[in-house]
Amino acid sequence: MHQSRVARNIRLGIKTLLLHKLRSFLTTLGVVFGVGSVVAMLAVGEGASAEALERIRKLGSDNIILDSIKATEDVQSGSVRSRISIYGLTYDDEDRIGRTFEAVKRTVPVKLVRKEGRLGDRTLEVRVVGTSPVWFDLVRREVIAGRLLGAEDDHGSTNAVVLTEYGARRLLATENSIGQTLRIGGGYFEVVGIVRNEVSSEGVQVPDEEVDAYIPIHVARGMFGDYVVRRSSGSREQEFVELHQIIVQVRSTEEVAATAAGIEAMLARFHKKMDYKVRVPLALLRSAEATKRTFNIVLGSIAGISLLVGGIGIMNIMLASVTERTREIGVRRAIGAKRGQIISQFLIETVVLSSVGGAIGIGVGALIPWLITLFAGMPTVVTAYSVVLSAGISLAVGLVFGLYPAVRAANLDPIEALRHE
Amino acid sequence: MKAPPGARPPRGAAPAGQGAAAVVSLREVAKVYRMGEAEVSALAGVSLEFAAGSFTAIMGPSGSGKSTLLNLLGCLDRPTSGSYFIAGEDVSRLDDDQLSEIRLRKIGFVFQSFNLIAQLSVRENIELPLYYQGWPHAESMKRAEELAGIVGLGGRLEHRPNQLSGGQQQRVAVARALANDPEVLLADEPTGNLDSATGVQIMDLLRGLNEQGKTIVMVTHEPNIAAYAAARVHMLDGRVDRIEE
Ligand SMILES: Nc1ncnc2c1ncn2[C@@H]1O[C@H](COP(=O)(O)OP(=O)(O)OP(=O)(O)O)[C@@H](O)[C@H]1O
Ligand SMILES: [Mg+2]
Repeated sequence: MHQSRVARNIRLGIKTLLLHKLRSFLTTLGVVFGVGSVVAMLAVGEGASAEALERIRKLGSDNIILDSIKATEDVQSGSVRSRISIYGLTYDDEDRIGRTFEAVKRTVPVKLVRKEGRLGDRTLEVRVVGTSPVWFDLVRREVIAGRLLGAEDDHGSTNAVVLTEYGARRLLATENSIGQTLRIGGGYFEVVGIVRNEVSSEGVQVPDEEVDAYIPIHVARGMFGDYVVRRSSGSREQEFVELHQIIVQVRSTEEVAATAAGIEAMLARFHKKMDYKVRVPLALLRSAEATKRTFNIVLGSIAGISLLVGGIGIMNIMLASVTERTREIGVRRAIGAKRGQIISQFLIETVVLSSVGGAIGIGVGALIPWLITLFAGMPTVVTAYSVVLSAGISLAVGLVFGLYPAVRAANLDPIEALRHE
Repeated sequence: MKAPPGARPPRGAAPAGQGAAAVVSLREVAKVYRMGEAEVSALAGVSLEFAAGSFTAIMGPSGSGKSTLLNLLGCLDRPTSGSYFIAGEDVSRLDDDQLSEIRLRKIGFVFQSFNLIAQLSVRENIELPLYYQGWPHAESMKRAEELAGIVGLGGRLEHRPNQLSGGQQQRVAVARALANDPEVLLADEPTGNLDSATGVQIMDLLRGLNEQGKTIVMVTHEPNIAAYAAARVHMLDGRVDRIEE
């Protein structure tokens, strides 16, 4: 019976509000925008951190990625027609990092080789990564066909090569290509597997983007050496780079920051120029959090102001309603309604108003992130939690801003109220 | 209709037990309104008894305290001094919630300007006292139908008040006042907003209710309306001037 009484009270409240449809609707707008901002804010924040987590998943949260970069002074002073630039990470660097830092679990060398590749009738320039089998442990890559590089490939009699999905597509390789011979430069390799490679997304460059194949590093070194010849617009440029990248895996995420700092200090000591870059995927989380904070401040202020204005709007309308309905209040009191019953009647009306506003606001709030994703390309996630929170907020706005008008209604003197014109 | 409403002029409380079945009795009731410095004495030393089943009209010039008296009888207000018993219970010292409860259970009001609630249907208006009493919806709906039948509006249950004539609205108000089966029905100029023919219909309705045993106290300044009552209390300057039976 009690249940139906509540339902009846709400029904009567709605009925009263529907007497002034436009007014009631306009009154809810503040709550609509306030709640909308809350949902949108949380969706953007959630999207940013989900994206950060995704980036970290791609790169490994306990990894530090060192890249060789061509120092700027080398690039500028290219007046000689043919010259050698020597730069980047070395085998010694990798070795030293592995030996010096206790927190370092293992290191993975990455050497990029660009050679002509031929599979069957197809010939094109391929980008090959020379690395150790551990690579596949660090960056989990799904095997599409065949197998990954293993320890045996380091010393095996035949040279093994694993194609990426990307490379397989370029070379027109299929599952049937397993066991076939791929010529890279002057060397012969047996295709042992095909793996899926990650695609880089905005802000995250995965180490094997646009890489066609993987081969064991010492095979790469032995067969192709450390010289790279680049021809560009008639000039011939030679580079000497030992390693293009070193991936350092740290024992635990807590030790990542300190280890990265240590590695930076060490590299600074052994390198005369800044021909390397240290990237810490975990740091991406921090930038994501910064984005989240910015959005929280901006949308949070909008939400707060809208809710305040919305709440005051509701309060204002309810006060007007109390004045308008003074006589009704007098009649109800004369009939025997207690103060508390008058309070609950008006509170129900305000809560209905704010809840309807909240419901519309949740709809609007789900639409805004969708538009943000559509036009700004920012990832957003509307969570159930944000919807529940917003529903709670709109309820609270109704209660807080409805209380004063309701108490005022209840405190009217019945006789005065009955005499009111 | 024989037991006349007992009432004693000025001084001296109406002796207890004078009207054996007095539902409502006032003893030396005074009501003083404060308006800043000034004090307005709206009622002074009023002692009255209203017997069960009586029909009393309160008359007097404007400002003589009729409405003030009726509001006290209806527990809308508390006397400044004196005591007020309704069905044997002293209500002059009750707090707001307790007074509401007395109004809810023991009093029915009919107003000059009908005072129906505009957004509610006839049925919902009549149900209102039952709603506040916490009646189950199905039962209060049935009771509202019965009451609408009694006042002759059985076919208008789903109408809105503004779809009814003044006389019909006042009938709804009477039905609403009867919903809680009150000890006493209070009416402040119930015909004041009606033309004389419609007024007569309302008075016939009230007389019928009184004949069935309902205690009625009515304020009016129209002698022909007051004639429906068995007794007339004449007020003057906040006092009972004389009682005519
Ligand atoms: N709330 C109030 N504050 C101050 N004075 C009041 C108040 N209510 C009534 N009075 C005064 O009390 C006196 C009695 O008023 P009351 O309304 O009872 O008169 P009445 O007999 O009903 O008159 P009418 O026939 O005009 O309705 C009047 O002098 C009035 O001015
Ligand atoms: Mg009056």
